[in-house]
This record gives sequence, structure tokens and C-alpha cells, in this order.
Amino acid sequence: MGSSPTSAPHIQHHVAGDHHDEHDHHDQHWLFKYVFSQDHKWIAKQFLISGIVWAFIGATLSTLFRIQLGWPDAQLTWLEPLLGRWVEGGKLNPEFYLALVTMHGTIMVFFVLTAGLSGTFSNFLIPLQIGARDMASGFMNMLSFWFFFLAGIIMFVSLFLETGPASAGWTIYPPLSALPQAIPGSGAGQTLWLVSMALFIVSQLLGGVNYITTIINLRTAGMSMAKLPLTIWSFFLTAILGLLSFPVLFSAALLLIFDRSFGTSFFLSDIYIGGEALNHVGGSPILFQHLFWFLGHPEVYIVIMPAMGIVSEVMATNARKPIFGYRAMIGSLIGISLLSFVVWAHHMFVTGMNPFLGSVFMFLTLIIAVPSAVKTFNWLATLWRGNIRFTAAMLFAIGFVSLFVSGGLTGIILGNAALDIQMHNTYFVVAHFHLVMGSSAFFGMFAGVYHWFPKMFGRMMDEKLGYVHFWLTILAAYLVFLPMHYVGIAGFPRRYYAYTAYETFNQFGDLNTFISIAAIMAFFAQFIFLFNFIYSIFRGRRATENPWNSNTLEWTTPVEPGHGNWPGAIPAVYRWPYDYSKPGAEQDFIPQHIPYSQTVSSNLPYEKEME
Amino acid sequence: MHPSETLNNKQVALGVHPLRFLLWLMIISITMMFAAFTSAYIVRRGEGNWLEFDMPTGMFINSVVILASSATMQWAWFSAKKDEVNRVKTLVIITFVLGIVFLFGQYQVWGELVQNKIFFGGADSNPAGSFVYVLTGVHGFHLVTGLIFLTILLLKAFRYKIHSRQMMAITNGTIYWHFLGGLWLYLYLFLLLNH
Repeated sequence: MGSSPTSAPHIQHHVAGDHHDEHDHHDQHWLFKYVFSQDHKWIAKQFLISGIVWAFIGATLSTLFRIQLGWPDAQLTWLEPLLGRWVEGGKLNPEFYLALVTMHGTIMVFFVLTAGLSGTFSNFLIPLQIGARDMASGFMNMLSFWFFFLAGIIMFVSLFLETGPASAGWTIYPPLSALPQAIPGSGAGQTLWLVSMALFIVSQLLGGVNYITTIINLRTAGMSMAKLPLTIWSFFLTAILGLLSFPVLFSAALLLIFDRSFGTSFFLSDIYIGGEALNHVGGSPILFQHLFWFLGHPEVYIVIMPAMGIVSEVMATNARKPIFGYRAMIGSLIGISLLSFVVWAHHMFVTGMNPFLGSVFMFLTLIIAVPSAVKTFNWLATLWRGNIRFTAAMLFAIGFVSLFVSGGLTGIILGNAALDIQMHNTYFVVAHFHLVMGSSAFFGMFAGVYHWFPKMFGRMMDEKLGYVHFWLTILAAYLVFLPMHYVGIAGFPRRYYAYTAYETFNQFGDLNTFISIAAIMAFFAQFIFLFNFIYSIFRGRRATENPWNSNTLEWTTPVEPGHGNWPGAIPAVYRWPYDYSKPGAEQDFIPQHIPYSQTVSSNLPYEKEME
Repeated sequence: MHPSETLNNKQVALGVHPLRFLLWLMIISITMMFAAFTSAYIVRRGEGNWLEFDMPTGMFINSVVILASSATMQWAWFSAKKDEVNRVKTLVIITFVLGIVFLFGQYQVWGELVQNKIFFGGADSNPAGSFVYVLTGVHGFHLVTGLIFLTILLLKAFRYKIHSRQMMAITNGTIYWHFLGGLWLYLYLFLLLNH
């Protein structure tokens, strides 16, 4: 860009200078300091707290439908105060059951594990770990949160519609989602769903372009891409995936809006209702699935990759060992990112696609096992002979690896077209993705919250409550999802309101009750976390600057970093972030900003020249 | 610190200003959106039951208009580079007017389509026609955002904030405007070749 008025080294100066100016404005109005804040740390907290609120709403919905599944014959009159006329004569309305499932999926995938996870940790950690005063555009970052907030309000309002919220599943396949005659939720509820998601996509794009630009442009001196912590690499690639895939979902949603409200026929054709043919001719519902899953598959990596980055960081810090295979970790993240765009049709093996095409997608899908296994082996090798400190964050990081392995193995089964055709739309699939992307992404998120809580709020979370929370949660996660595999193999289809009508399923009725009890236990275990989180914000033990003896730059900031993050100059970076337990070093960690000249005793032969 | 400390003080970024980089990323996401539309078009067309019709002639005229607006925008950029501030104002206004003419022309194209019984929705519509409306409509929406960008540039130009040492805004505006023009040419060629 020869036309650029400022030469390259100037830029960083310029940006840093800008923020120093802002730094002096301590008389900021509270509305702009606490509500419409442009400070990345505050926006991260806004995302985190909204994410937690949404997670509890999503979990409440799942508890409601688990009650229905576990005790299909029970009288549910006691739920009337909460659900009103969705409970009729002690029975949950079957259409409302579908709404519960749909909203649970939508909320968890998009509002909690996309916005809550990426929004919190990308915002919080990117500037702090790369050594920047703030995001590239604080204003766009603020807009990103408020678009998300608005999307949330609209989605929340849709829960209280008379015809119910969207009910066609979180994948909103037409024609079910397109025709109000098909299910009441496809009326106003679906309209609000689409509007909300459109705003959500705008929020994600505003956030994503900011994350990428910040990582590319605002790194501190010495912070080359090969010295970035793995968290930053994972947020970077996650943002790229979002940038490329969310616009496609936007396109699909727009075409669906036209089909629903403007009488076009992109996805609808030859539909008869009450013997009458609809006006829609010439559409293709399969086309929607292609567009949806072109986003939908990268989306599962958008959910899991930030968790992978957080786990890598937490694990190296608490095993007091360099992460095993740093470059292999980056390589496998890049591999997963590339492959994520060429496997979407493995969600569509039963749509009557050409078997040859199916085998291509199957082949590509199974290749994802390679980078995933590289990551798993590297995590295990990082733990191997480490000087492990079992902090609450570390337990959740280890739990992540466990759940990721358990869920990943069934992915290999489902990736096979021949096996998937048997398992498709059964509880086997539900069990698979809840382990591999649901529970494990949650575990990554918990690891991150426990680990970075001291930097966010200046206080520590209670470790003992953290242990109780961890053990109850991992126990419940396995008690819910392991039996679910059996239910799935037995042939239970997803999204059914009750199985009592089928003789064959009776013998598994008890298993469903068991799963429900475990799910309710998991739900209540989260209140321990909630209490710990809120209590520790106000009453937690005061944190030090670097409570975990960690290497990355965020721990060089004051206990509660102010606007601009570092009171003085931004530290320069001399080494990678994983110099833990280096032989010959005085301490078992050497932060990134310590030059080699200060660590002569531990320098390796090739580092001598950098002294 | 040891005097021979070898700190890499070289700028680690790509040497692109963050605002410029943000713009490129937004262009990528808009491109992905149209990639989705056009690939959906190809997939849907391959399935048959596809109405074949000739593209309205107005589209050709509009393409010429938007090409001309790209030229005036580029001229405005060169003028800014040479500190010819008044010419910048005139040329940005001309570009803006050409943008409006293009939008009006696209509206006429829709009228022409309706006259030829190619409808957006309803019982007589076919996805072949609906896609043309969607592609032109979504492109038109982005052109409106381009016009807003031009308005901001114009305000800056009247405050003497665009000249050879303050080229960031007008360069970004020029890139975005060329992108919108290029996007239209792509869509036009795509529609000509795939119907």
C-alpha cells in the first residue's frame, strides 16, 4: 500500500499514542465506561456474563425436555407456573417440546459456545497476549457486542410468543421451517429466529474482522507469528472460519426469508396441504442443506478451536512443561481449518446424494481424524512426566481431552457413509456431538474462566468449589452421554416427544430415566459454578499479578489492567511462550518478555548468539 | 539489557494499516456471500425445472454506468494525490450521481423483468427469475453502503481532510467502490453465461 500516509513502523506508535490520549480521559461518562464501552476487557466481560445467562437458559430448556423424556407418563402440572398453557392437563405440549429442542440447540451452539466462548476469550486475550493496547477498532468491537445483545433480546422475546418460538430444529430445514401450516413455531417464532440470527451474523463478522486485524497488525515488537501463544493461533483461525462461513449462512437465511415472506420458491416445491397444492414451484430443499452445512460444519470448529487453544495454554502452564509439538499444534489447527470447509456433505449422506460424492466426503471427513489425533497426542505428551498442578482450570483442561477423545471416536463411526445411514438422526448422533463439541467446548470454556478469572476480576475463584464443580460435571456428562449411545444404537430417533407408543423401546425406558436424572444432576452442578463465579467477583481471595507463574504477556500487566492494558511501555517479546522448567533456569518459568541476556544459565547453544 | 541484544524491531505486521486490513476482510466476507448465492444458482440450475430467459438490455447500460463511475472515482483518487482538492469534490459528486443512476437503472431492469413476466415471487415465479432479483437486490444494498461511504468522503473533502498526505479514507473508498463495480461485472457476466 504505497499510498498509505504513514510508514509501517509509524503505525504501532500511532495506535499506541492514540490510546494514551484516551487514557487521560478519566472523566468518561459511566454510560460509555460500563455500558457502551469500547475497552476490549470490558466487552469480554459483557460477552462472558451474557454467555453465562444464555447457558442457564439453554440448560433450563434441556432440563424441561429431559423431564418429558425421562418420565413420559408423569403429571407435569407443577410446571404450569413456568410454562403456562404449554402444559395441558399435566402433559407437555408436543409442539412445544420441539420448540424446546430447537431453542436449546440454537442458544447453546450460537449464543453460548460461539459468542460466549469466542466473544469472551478472543476479546479478552488477543490484545493482552499479543501486547496491544486494545482491538484494531474499539468502536466496531462495541457494535459487535450490541448486535449480539439485540439478537439475544429478539431470540428471548420469541420464547414468549403465543405460537411458540422456532420449532424446526436448530438446522431449520425447509419446508418444515418455511411453512406455518407445518408447525406453529414456523410462524412468527421462525421469523424472529431469522432476524435474530441475521443480527447475530453481523455481530460475528464485526468481531471476527477485528480479531484478525488485531492479530495481524498490532503485535508488539518481537512477537512474530511463531511466538504467538496457541490461544491466539486458535482464535485467529476461528475468526477466519467465521469470516468465510457466516456470510454463507446469511445468504441461506435471506433466501429462506424470501421463501417465507415474499412468495419465492428457492427451497420449496410440490407441496400439498389439505389436498391443495401450494404456489411454490421449482425449489430445492436440499439446496438449503448444502448452504446451511457449508456454515454448519465450520461452525463446529468455530466452537471447538478456541477451547483447544485455551486447553493448550492451560495445560502447558499447569504441567510446567513446554507444549509438546508447538508447530504441530499450529499445523493441525490449520489442517482442521482447511478440512472443515470440504466435509459439509457428511451431514447429508441420507439426502439421496450420489454415492460417489458421498465417498469423497467420507474420505475427507475421516482425514480430520489425523490433525485431531495429532492434537490429542500432543496434549497427552505435554502431561507426560510433567510437574502437574491440579488447579480447577487444569482439571477442566484434562476433562476436555477426555471428552474430546470419547466423542471423537464415534465421529469416525459417523463419518462412514455406510454406518451413518444406519445411525442417522438417532441418539447416537446426539451423544456424539454433545461429547465432542458440546461438553468439551464447555470444559474448555470453564478451564478458561477458572484460569483467567484473576486477570479479569483481580480475584481468585475458589479452588475447592471448582473441584466439586468439575467432578460432578464430568461424571454427569459421561452418565448422560454414554448411555445415550446405546439408546441410539437401539434405534431411538432424535426429536421424538415420547417413545411409549413403540413396544421395542419399552425395555430402554429406564435408561432414558437414568439419562434424565444425570442431566438434572449436571444442571444443578452448574449452580456451584455460578455461586463461585459471582461470589469470587466480590469476595474472592485477592489475586497477584501472575498467580499461575505463567509466561504469556497478559500476566505482566497490573492485577487489574486499566485502559490501555500496560501503564508504561508495552513489553517487547524475545522468546516463545512455553519456556517452562527450562534446564538451568532459576525458576520453572521464563516469561516471554525476558531477554536471553538475563537467562544465560539456561540458554541453549543456538540461543547463545541472541544473548 | 546487553548492548548486543538482538531484538527484532522490524514491524511484524504486513505493513498494511489496520483500517485498510479491516476493509479487505469485509470485502472477503461480502465475496463469500455472493459466492454462496452464485453457487446456489449453479446447483439449483443443475436440478432442472429452470426458466430460461434473456437478461434485460438495461443491465448492459448499467454496467457501462458503473464502469464509468469507477473511472471517475479513480480520477478523484489521482486528483487527491496531486492535492487538487476542488477536483476531488467534483469527481466524488459525479461518482455519487453515477451510483444513483446505476441504482435507478437497476430499478428499471426490475420493471423490464416484470414486463417480461419474470417475477420475484408468487405462483408464476421460477427460481431462475428470483435469483436475478436477489443478486441485483443484495448488490444494490451494498451499493447503498458504498454511497454512504462516498458521502463521508465528500464531507471530509469539504473540510479539506483529503489531500496527498491524508489518503487513507479516499483510498479505502476507492477500493470499496472498485470492488462494488467489479462485483457487478462478475454478477452480470455470471448471469449472461449461466442462463
